[in-house]
Order: sequence, then structure tokens, then C-alpha cells
Amino acid sequence: MVFGYMRCYVLLAVAASAPGGQPAGYQPDQLVTYVWFGQGLLSVVMLWGWAELADRIRTGDVAADLLRPVAPVTAYLAADLGRAGHGMLTRFLPPVLIGALCFPMRLPTRWPTVPLFLVSVLLAVIVSFGCRYLVNATAYWLQDARGPIMLWVLGAGVLGGLYFPLRLLPEWLAVALWVGTPLPSILQTPLDVAAERDGPAMQAALIGLQAGWAVALLALAALVQKRAERKLVVQGG
Amino acid sequence: MGELRAYAALAAAQARSVVSYRTSFLIELLTNVGATVFDVLTVLVLFRATDRIAGFTLPEALLITGIISAGFALADFTIGNVDRLKTYVRAGTLDAVLVRPLAALPQLLLMDLPIRKLLRVVFGFTVLVVAVRMNEIDWTPARVALLLVAPLSCAVFMSAIFVISASLAFWWVDSGELGSAFTYGGRDFASYPITVYGPVFRTLFAYVLGLAFIGYQPALALLGRPDPLGLPAWAGFASPLVALAAAVVAAAVWRVGLRHYRSTGS
Repeated sequence: MVFGYMRCYVLLAVAASAPGGQPAGYQPDQLVTYVWFGQGLLSVVMLWGWAELADRIRTGDVAADLLRPVAPVTAYLAADLGRAGHGMLTRFLPPVLIGALCFPMRLPTRWPTVPLFLVSVLLAVIVSFGCRYLVNATAYWLQDARGPIMLWVLGAGVLGGLYFPLRLLPEWLAVALWVGTPLPSILQTPLDVAAERDGPAMQAALIGLQAGWAVALLALAALVQKRAERKLVVQGG
Repeated sequence: MGELRAYAALAAAQARSVVSYRTSFLIELLTNVGATVFDVLTVLVLFRATDRIAGFTLPEALLITGIISAGFALADFTIGNVDRLKTYVRAGTLDAVLVRPLAALPQLLLMDLPIRKLLRVVFGFTVLVVAVRMNEIDWTPARVALLLVAPLSCAVFMSAIFVISASLAFWWVDSGELGSAFTYGGRDFASYPITVYGPVFRTLFAYVLGLAFIGYQPALALLGRPDPLGLPAWAGFASPLVALAAAVVAAAVWRVGLRHYRSTGS
């Protein structure tokens, strides 16, 4: 909440002195949407660290997961989607309400934005899950995944669009990030969709890119898991 | 002497455990610098969109960010580990700390040696030096002294906030993210010119909590700029006093908290 107020004031101050009052093409009320929807989505897409799998690998509890009839990637994804769904109901609305009460916020003006936003959030959760799974899976090789998890928290925050809208970067860099890394698909894309930063065609294209990353990351996670199982030596008793 | 030897043994054991997972440790070392790098980067990116934010130019804003980065990194390095207290209280590990014949706070700090945060301190001070050189400062003896004292005062102030927010765990076992709203939130708030913020929010954080006096006011005094919000020029030199006051409050809260501690029994 505190962070929401700070980011909102800072971005509004930038908008107030930017030529044309539209930094990176955002109107001030779109920036408010950007900040507060971002605060709400933060815990839904779980941009912060998730170390459950890494801990289970370190302690050897992961052996129990391998005995279950469901593949670990599927089982953890199902749990994560459930958590995100619950988060959407309990964690998403309060910051959005506060933002709307304290600042002039832009709510979607075109009806397709709402279903597009929900699809985008779902894909964002899957992309985020894929990344977190891979980061945690480094523990199969490193034993202790604290370093990679920290790197993820930091990278996901900055390159996912939490600290500033990625559109403020030079255009070539923003495009490279979007196409070359999954990170903007985790937060920036759903936020741009909600703020209606672009027209419907561009909204759909961004969501398509998200879907591509979601499929690629899940496939990669399954592959890494299979490799790790062949290599795994469970520690401890 | 015996006590010192005991602390040294604790530190050495921790140092060995930290470097035993070598790859992970190296990544952590670099990531820690990354946190400050990205804070500075954020300021640079925001200034791409405009040449002034709330009346401040990039070099001026960077001076504020520099003082805070240096001070915060120093505080996080020396005392930041105290935020693990909530884990120890919940797991009951704190009992083991309290039965040893050593003071509780230094032991807690040594339970996880912050070698990985060292590079970050170096980077924080580098930012400050670069920011000072980017501005044309009219040097007087008082300003030279202020430049030396400001990051240290900021470090003391931030350390106090670390201790106070960690102490919440004594009363409220699951204090979770509330503490980091004050530590990291305080740092982020103080990293920007406070003219950016709306009046109610600003009054609460800048003047009731005192965050204006650790970065913004000293930077104004160094630059010789009058405060757009009307505080006199000496306010910039008040940062050691504000830091001292915060430290006194933190010490009191810590003591009361430790007395108040009842083991969770688990």
C-alpha cells in the first residue's frame, strides 16, 4: 500500500512535468490504473520469492512428490492456480479500491478489455509459475537456490514492470525485453491491457505473446523436471 | 575477552556455512548490488521522460538518492539481519539465543553473516560520490562535514527503523510484510524529493516519521537550495539529531519487546 502511494505520486509528478503530460504515452489517469492494478496483481502473480520447491529439494521431501501419480509440474501448477484465484478475490480488489478512492483512476472504457484482462492475468500467473518453477529447480543442481531466487525477485520486479512502466525505456529495448524474456508478460502486459494503453489489436497481440511464453515455459519446466529426476540423489533421512 | 571469542566463533561458523554453497553465494553477492543498481536505474529511467521531477533536476535528485543508497546499504549491512527475528520468534529459535550468556542483538546479527551485502555498500557510496561530482556544490567547512555525516546519520536512522520494525514480532508473531513497508518503504520514500508527494502522505512520512531529514534536507543544504516547503536552511544539519532520537526510540522498543517475549513453545 505504502509503495502504491509512492509510485503513484512519483509517476504523477513525472507526468506533470513531461512534455505533453503523457510520459511513454500514458495519460495520468492511466498511470494511476497502472500503479494500483499493479499493487493488486503483485500477490496474484506472486512476483516475490517462492521457495517451497527449492526447500523440498534441499530437505529431500521432494521424494514424496515424485511418488504421487500426478507429475510434479502439473501438481504444483494446479495448487498455484488455486492460490492465484483466491488472491484475485482477496488481494486484488483492496488496493484497486484504495487507488480509485485516492486518485483519479481510469477504469476500462471498452467492454472487451475486461475479459482480455482476465485472460491476461491467467496467462501471467502461468508464466510466473513457469519461471518460479525453473528458478526453484536450480536447487536440484545447486542444493541451495537462495541466490537464484533473489536474482529472480529482483529481475522480475524491474523487468516485469513493477518499478516503472517498461514503455519508458527506449523502444528497441522494450521490444527486446518483451520478445526475448518472459518477464514483461508477468506484470506489464496485464497492466497495459487494463490501462488500455494500446488499441484492441495490440492488446490481443500482447496476450498472444504471453500465451507463447506460457506454453514454452511449461514445456521447459517439464523437461527440466524430467532431467532432474534422472539425476536426483535425495539427501538426508 | 571470552565474550569476544564466542562472537568470533559464531561469525567464523557462519562464514564457513555461507561460502559452502559457492555458486548460490556468488549469485547472491551480485544480486545484492543489483538491488541498488536498479534503484538508481529507476531514477534515470524516470528522468528520460522529463528533465525535472517536482522541480528537481537529475543531478539534484541523484544526490538525494545517493545519500539514501549509501546510508541504507550501510544499515542493511550492519543490522539488516535483525529482520529475521520474526522467523526466530515463530520457530522458537530465539530461546536458544536467550539462554546463551551473550547479548541477544549481536547474536541475532551473527546468525546470518551479511558478507553478501558488502559490495552493495561500496556501490551505494559510489553513487553518492558520482552524484556529488555531478552537482556544482559551493563547498564550505560545514558542507564538507555534512557530506560526511549525512550518510552515517541516514544509516543510524535506517538501523533504528530496522530494529523497530523487527521488534513488532515480539508483540505480533506473524508480523510478515508490515515491517518491510517501513524499512524498504522508508528507503524508497526518502530516495525522491519529497515535493513529489501529496500533502497528507508527505506530512506523515516526511515529518512525523522524520524521513525528510535523512536525505532530502541534507541534500538541499549541500546544494544551497531553499526548501520549497519552507523549512529553514539549518534543517539539513539536523539529520544527526533526528538519527539519534530514532536510535533512542529503537533501543527502548527493543528492550521492552525482549522483556515482553514469551516463547511460542513450539
